[in-house]
Amino acid sequence: MNVALIVIFAFLLISIYLGIRAKKGKTMNFEQWTTGGRSFGTVFVFLLSVGEIYTTFTFLGASGWAYGKGAPALYILAYGCIAFIISYWLLPPIWRYAKENRLVSQSDYFVYKYNSPALGILVSIVGIVAMIPYFVLQLKGLGIIVSQASYGSISPNLAIWIGAISITVFVMISGVHGSAWTSVLKDIIILVVVVFLGLYLPIHYYGSFTQMFHAIDAAHPELLTLPDKGMSVYWFISTILLTSLGFYTWPHGFTAIYTAKNERVFRRNAVVFPLYQLVLLFVFFVGFAAILQVPGLQGATEDLALLKISKLAFPPWFVGVIGAAGLLAALVPGSLLLMATATLISKNLYKVFRPRATDGQIAKLATYLVPIIALVSLYFTSNGGQTIVALLLMGYSFVIQFFPSLFFSLFRHNPVTWAGAFYGILVGEIVVVYMTVTNTSIGSMMPFLPQAVKDLNPGIVALIVNIVVMFIVSLLTRNVRVSRHGTASVT
Amino acid sequence: MRLFRWLGALPILGILVGVFFANRIHPFVLGMPFLMFWIVLWVVLTSMIMFVVYKMDPSNHGGDAE
Repeated sequence: MNVALIVIFAFLLISIYLGIRAKKGKTMNFEQWTTGGRSFGTVFVFLLSVGEIYTTFTFLGASGWAYGKGAPALYILAYGCIAFIISYWLLPPIWRYAKENRLVSQSDYFVYKYNSPALGILVSIVGIVAMIPYFVLQLKGLGIIVSQASYGSISPNLAIWIGAISITVFVMISGVHGSAWTSVLKDIIILVVVVFLGLYLPIHYYGSFTQMFHAIDAAHPELLTLPDKGMSVYWFISTILLTSLGFYTWPHGFTAIYTAKNERVFRRNAVVFPLYQLVLLFVFFVGFAAILQVPGLQGATEDLALLKISKLAFPPWFVGVIGAAGLLAALVPGSLLLMATATLISKNLYKVFRPRATDGQIAKLATYLVPIIALVSLYFTSNGGQTIVALLLMGYSFVIQFFPSLFFSLFRHNPVTWAGAFYGILVGEIVVVYMTVTNTSIGSMMPFLPQAVKDLNPGIVALIVNIVVMFIVSLLTRNVRVSRHGTASVT
Repeated sequence: MRLFRWLGALPILGILVGVFFANRIHPFVLGMPFLMFWIVLWVVLTSMIMFVVYKMDPSNHGGDAE
């Protein structure tokens, strides 16, 4: 038992305690469990949504990108800004509609807006297929962080089991209240750790930020700008656009919107969020500091940049604190993912085929599904291999396909019909799968195009196909309805 | 007057169009390479702009509906 390990476990116990205690004074029903009774103020909604940004990816991925790819990593900072600007106008009407109709899941939204259970089933299945690999990624990240930070005294596998069990316990007991309370501890510790690392490491190793970037400029100038080919300016712009539109289309992030107690919460958050995002800048600083200090990490091991340089610079107890921060970074988004998946299966799949099931039965089923989904994810974590990596790459592109029909559903006169939404999403997903499985890029499909177009994020292709199909099918199905009612010349 | 809404377009232009001109290392500003500084600048400006939007938006006026 080393010091680092004791620190990690202390934080884990505190967070489980907070997660369980969160239930206090609440009668748990389904709406409480998934949406917290729509009672959360600015702070909780803020922390739940931030849980989405500060995941294990923040720790490992963002610093790894800065280390291995350099400037392209800045897209992570930029897309958040645009997502938050959009959120100011996008989230209030969604919240209002969800409250009026007492929605508990993302699929509910599509079912009600388009009056189509079939669309709900499609959206649920796509959502589940996207979320389970995302949860597996969180568990894998957790395993790496905890085993590294405990200096190998806990194996990644054991760490993953401990993490998964902790999440399952507080999700089953407290639902989203548990996630909210755990996220308080998580954000405090991440904020402190990341800002400290980002300030300390550059100054300790280089003297100042300027000197650090001058040193990198001398050794690897290519890391400080976007390259001419590949991750070029065009890649940068298209990726920011795609990821900012997809930010609120993840099913678990969507449900977090429902927890707000009024719509002003979102507008306030749109002001504070961008600044809070600057925490990521410090993560980048850590990655940049590692370039010349722990050189030679390549491929998947790039993600270890932050942990390697920290172990070089700090005593074990502080490495333990970093490990605890990484552990907590996985718990909050992990819990939201588990809950959203369980809700989709019980409410939007099971209930459709068993319409007579009562709300109580649906709620009970959702709770019991939590450990089952956790077990399935644990299985994939150790046996997934390449499949899970491929699914993960597709996950983001999967959920972005919801955006067009979500966007048009906000119009008073929605030009999109349920069939348009359904086939648009379906064809969009098929394009994503095809392009990922066959490893097709825009360049390989159409080699005659200029470099700028080839560098575009391939997700754009699926989105464009989706929108085209959506409008064509909407037009066709609209005409059918019009002629049936015998009304002529309706737009 | 809904003009204030268009303020929200400024950061989007600043980031997505601005990057064509900002994709460079020199000059260093505040110790950061220029591209990094440019993105950070717009992160800060986004917060400030959204604050102005929040204050000008009539739907945020009136008593707290909490």
